[in-house]
Formats: sequence, C-alpha cells, structure tokens
Amino acid sequence: MLTLNCPYCGKDADETDLHGEGEAHLKRHGPGSSDDEFHDYLFQRQNPKGVHFERWRHIYGCGKFFHAARCTATLQVFGTYSAQTLEPPQAIKDTITAARPGWSWGDFS
Amino acid sequence: MSNAVSALQGAVAPGEVTVREGGLQGMITLRGDLSNAKLKSVCKAVTGATFPKMGKATMSGDNALAWMSPDEALILVPHADTADAIAKIDKALKGQHYLAENLSDARALIFVEGTYSREVMAKAAPVDLHPSTFQPGDFRRTRLGQVAAAFWMKDDDTFAIICFRSVADYTFKLLAAAAKGGAVGHF
Repeated sequence: MLTLNCPYCGKDADETDLHGEGEAHLKRHGPGSSDDEFHDYLFQRQNPKGVHFERWRHIYGCGKFFHAARCTATLQVFGTYSAQTLEPPQAIKDTITAARPGWSWGDFS
Repeated sequence: MSNAVSALQGAVAPGEVTVREGGLQGMITLRGDLSNAKLKSVCKAVTGATFPKMGKATMSGDNALAWMSPDEALILVPHADTADAIAKIDKALKGQHYLAENLSDARALIFVEGTYSREVMAKAAPVDLHPSTFQPGDFRRTRLGQVAAAFWMKDDDTFAIICFRSVADYTFKLLAAAAKGGAVGHF
C-alpha cells in the first residue's frame, strides 16, 4: 500500500484516499505543433522500472493535484511536491541520487 | 420557506459508543484566498472561533471553522443563522474573488460519542488516529468506508463527522455497526 504525504494539506494519505493521474511533467503540444509531437503528447508515456514521477490527486481530501517521485520496483517514495512546477525540486533530486545513483528520467537526472 | 429537516431526523444508535445524528446544522462553504485578513476576520466574526491553521478545526461553542483545502474553509453556525452569516461575508468581501455558499441541507452531521470512539472511527477511515497524531482540534477529510467524509474531535471522546446528505444513512449505519462491534483495544 502506497502512502503519500499531500504537500497541499500536509496529511499522510493512503492510496485509497488518492487517485492516480498518470505521468508528471508532460510537455503540452497544442496548436502549431507537428502531428508527431501531438501524438507523443497524447499517447507516448514512460514505463520505467525504477525512478518514476507521477501526478496524484488527493481526491478524498483537499482535492488538489500534486507530484510524487517514487520507485516503481520497490514502491519507495522519494518525496512529494507541488504541481505548480516544471521540474522536480533539487531536494527531491538529491534524495533520489542518494538512493539510486545515476538515475535518469526524461530530461531529468 | 419549506420546513427544513435533517437527513436522519436525529437518529440515535445507543451503546457504549453512541452514534447520533446531529440534526440541523448550518454549514457554509467559503472559497477564496485564505491568507486574506478580511476573510479571516469575517470568519471569526460570524463564528467566534479563531481562523484555523492548515489541517485544523477551531470551535467556539457549537460554532466551528475548519480548514478544508488551501483555498476552502467550512463555517459552522446555527442553521437559522446561515443566511445572516452569508450576508455578513458578502458584505465584508465585496469586490473580491470568493464564493460563500449555504450547503447546510446538502450535508449531514453525525456524532460518535464514547470511550472507544477513536477505535470506531479507525475501523472506517484510512487515517492514523493514534492519540499521538490525532487530537481535538485536528481536522481530516478522507473516506469512511466507501464515501467521502470529514471529521474532527470535539473532545477526547467525541468525533463529529460531516458527510453528504445522500450517504448519511450509509455513514450512520457503518459507524453504528463499527460501534456495535466493540473496542479493539489498540489505542
């Protein structure tokens, strides 16, 4: 069972209090983009074994979306952070580096 | 105006831990910038309670203020005073971006009272209710069984629970069954 700390209300929320909202840090390709870019934006998702960044929603709680960094293989949670950001905060990256040296995910490492 | 009745009309499931419907309760949802000093002061003016910090509820008699989310507060006042309270909020926040809505009759209030009320709640909610982490003044929105609910502790032996009116019967029976099951002896 996954327990994530919601950065908006500060509560430890059990997986049943939350709703998974897919991959984090998607870059939107809208009007003016090429068909390939739009296709990838809509359908192309990472499916890593290891470090992963996800969006979650505290659906039974404060209702806010937030981001979580965790390991898909061990369910280790590296941290949660605000959704109002384009990349993970340095503190989260440092935590991941300490646990999984040499990790990379998308444009981040 | 029609004659207002509460969802379960004061139903009681007596026992060592009693589950009791709270009857009519005025509830106002206030959305806006919770750091706004005017918003905080009008909340205090209508309830008498100080404005709660994140994840907390404050009480003043039967009135209460609860922190629902970073941009939402719940105001509890007597059912008959709801319209007056909203009028005061509208006056105080005139011209600002906010929403104050009377949701009294969309919701139900249930009390769980008794020595092991903490364990009754812990059976239904995925929340750490150990006395070291949850005390009077703490407020939590979560689920009870299969439905969304919010609760706080009025005192060491009393929980107050708010749920939607449409699931009041389910919530009441869930809590009554949990109370009937007896203490676990964990806390």
